[in-house]
Amino acid sequence: MELRRDVFQAIADPTRRAIIALVAFQAMTPTAIAENFDSSRQTISKHIQILTECELLTQEQSGREILYHFNPKKMKEIADFIEPFRELWDERFNKLEAIMKKYKPKK
Amino acid sequence: MERKTKVHANNGQHDITITREFELPVELLFRAHVEPEIFEEWMTHEYGKTKVLKMETHKHGGFNFQTTDAKGNVVFSANGTIHDLVPNEKITRTFEMENTPFDVTLEFLQFESLTEDTSKLTMHIIYKTVDLRDQHLKMPFEWGMNMAHNRLQEIVSKLK
Repeated sequence: MELRRDVFQAIADPTRRAIIALVAFQAMTPTAIAENFDSSRQTISKHIQILTECELLTQEQSGREILYHFNPKKMKEIADFIEPFRELWDERFNKLEAIMKKYKPKK
Repeated sequence: MERKTKVHANNGQHDITITREFELPVELLFRAHVEPEIFEEWMTHEYGKTKVLKMETHKHGGFNFQTTDAKGNVVFSANGTIHDLVPNEKITRTFEMENTPFDVTLEFLQFESLTEDTSKLTMHIIYKTVDLRDQHLKMPFEWGMNMAHNRLQEIVSKLK
């Protein structure tokens, strides 16, 4: 059994990626994070737990609440952290290419 | 699948280079960057419709566009100034993503004809600092950054 969760597993899930994107904006409580999703509080808690276990999120006690922070250092460890950015541009350019092929004059 | 788009980013530098070869004559590649209707078409996606508000493609000109969701909320907007433009050769511009933590970037777009039917685009993007560049690259999803939380929720529910 795989005990240690890895970062790639953590970011493979779209909900977890969305949680990272939210928390990267600002540190948030679990309640505030969960309010952004239709899923149950339990499901979101599980996602937060996985993200915390692989250190993409860090916890900070703030009074009676726990705040979650995004940990960019961990993202650094992802060997190919450029990949999502590259994919974004690849999709954009694929679309550009497909659209412009329609404009090609017929020979 | 072949990786057509390449991104080069050296550690500790505040710039990135994006390169892409297209199965298009350079004229068509260039038109896609300066004609508002075409630009809107390739910059529109499942989560938002892009509308060009301003596209003055000449020296001292500028651009402004925004992406709105199905309800008409603006989820992304950007503007910039055109510093130099030579048709089918280059565009030098600034680019500002509005309402994001990112500062303005300076972008050099170089268009090259490879053959009659193929071309290459090189985008050299310069950020204010190394940190800003890294932050932009590392954001797992750019769309997540650019969207209001309620908007994000809709997207996520669609992904489920």
